[in-house]
Amino acid sequence: MTNKYLYLRRFSQFIILFLYFGANVWGWNILMGNLSSSKLFETIPLADPFALLQILATGTLVSIDLIIGALIIVLFYAIFGGRAFCSWVCPVNLVTDLANWSRRKLNITGDRKLFLSRNLRFYLIGLTLIVSAISGLTAFEYISPISIFTREIIFGIGMGWGVVLSIFLFDLFVVKNGWCGHICPLGAFYSLIGKFSIFKVKYDLNKCTNCMQCKVVCPEKDVLNMVGKNSSFVSDKECTLCGRCIDVCNDKALEFHINNIINYGEKK
Amino acid sequence: MKELNRREFLLNSAKAIGLATMGGLVWSGYLNEAKASPFILRPPAAVPENIFLSKCIKCGICVEACPFDSLKLAKTGDGLPIGTPYFIPREIPCYMCEDIPCVPPCPTGALDLNLVSNKETNKLDINKAQMGIAIVDNKSCVAYWGIQCDVCYRACPILDQAIKLVYQRNERTGKHAFLLPEVDSDICTGCGLCEKACITKTPAIRVLPRDSVLGSVDSSYIKGWDQNDEVRLKDVKVQKELDGGIGDKSAGDYLKNMEFSDDE
Repeated sequence: MTNKYLYLRRFSQFIILFLYFGANVWGWNILMGNLSSSKLFETIPLADPFALLQILATGTLVSIDLIIGALIIVLFYAIFGGRAFCSWVCPVNLVTDLANWSRRKLNITGDRKLFLSRNLRFYLIGLTLIVSAISGLTAFEYISPISIFTREIIFGIGMGWGVVLSIFLFDLFVVKNGWCGHICPLGAFYSLIGKFSIFKVKYDLNKCTNCMQCKVVCPEKDVLNMVGKNSSFVSDKECTLCGRCIDVCNDKALEFHINNIINYGEKK
Repeated sequence: MKELNRREFLLNSAKAIGLATMGGLVWSGYLNEAKASPFILRPPAAVPENIFLSKCIKCGICVEACPFDSLKLAKTGDGLPIGTPYFIPREIPCYMCEDIPCVPPCPTGALDLNLVSNKETNKLDINKAQMGIAIVDNKSCVAYWGIQCDVCYRACPILDQAIKLVYQRNERTGKHAFLLPEVDSDICTGCGLCEKACITKTPAIRVLPRDSVLGSVDSSYIKGWDQNDEVRLKDVKVQKELDGGIGDKSAGDYLKNMEFSDDE
């Protein structure tokens, strides 16, 4: 067991927040703005494609910069990143990972009082756009804990900690992986656009000793349904590429691999 | 997945639609409350508030660009539309930078460069900004008491145009003059330097959003002595302006044949 990818992920999450923070506080120009829209080196625009969709749903036009920025992000995750935004960038992941970890340590299992479909978050994408169209406001951007959390880290703390704490408590006591796996429409959006990306975890049945440690730590453990059955890529769109399964696997049965898109069907 | 019969299918659809409607209504209701805070001052070149609220992506790049830290992003708990930029003149006003660093980086066009550009010279002109309008409370402004104070007049970056001093005889003493500040709403940008400078405990001159304060006149009233004002009549269709509408009939027919000629 190592913590390689865990540390790498935390580094990635913190460095992004730190660059944003530095841009606001010390006037750095490496990465300005926040996760909704940023400028890289004062030239390359980056934008949250889901926020762009909401703006368009309200019926207003936007500048070409924003569209280019959103396209860059969409292409990046569609080709390379998959759903990696959720575990390598999003700061709410820090909170939900902590909740998941606490859940394991406190041995809170079973006895679900609330059932939420994992598809709920996909329906919420639709609802977000409908509500945006009706209200004329970017619906999710007004309540998004992701935006609230990042903004308050970068631009100063308000009451956002309450929102963050609610997510922690919800994930800890109500539904396991509740926010990221059942509600968050932004994560669902990245699931959709990243479905065919080339970076995937690859499972090797021959090395596996069926210890099932990977399923214990995986926040989306349905994606590991091939473990113990057959060697294949973890190609489910819900995999966030967090690499935690690779970290805990003592048999090297799980590794990051580049999926050959041409043979996509066969390897699956 | 198990096959659904028609009854179950209809019931499930009704449930889903019901839940979505409920969620949508609660959500829309919350959003309506969230945007209902009219007293907020936006950065220069902000498009009208309702469009601004849908366009602004809340990235804070304008806030980072502001060299005086005038601009802030609304936080949770501020009671303002969350994540949108604003400034409080009494704390830090807008210093009206000539290069307007906050506007060009806006990625969405919520801050529109055209609104602060001079069309003829194609150069930036911060004096065209309309962030708000300064309003004087003449009960707490000491100039109206007869005390000489022209602090707001001196603080104004568009000196002697946005705020003028009106001279008036002080009848109480009989030998002094009032020097009264008067704001020209055509010129005032709402930068708030006057509000920041005002010497009273709570400022007697304050910047408010233009929509909340300024009136507007429709084409019923025209300054006949001002040729420029008659331009407003150009596109007016008279029929549509009258209550009820008289269509193609002449005004005379209308009076003869309609209810006015009835004896009852």
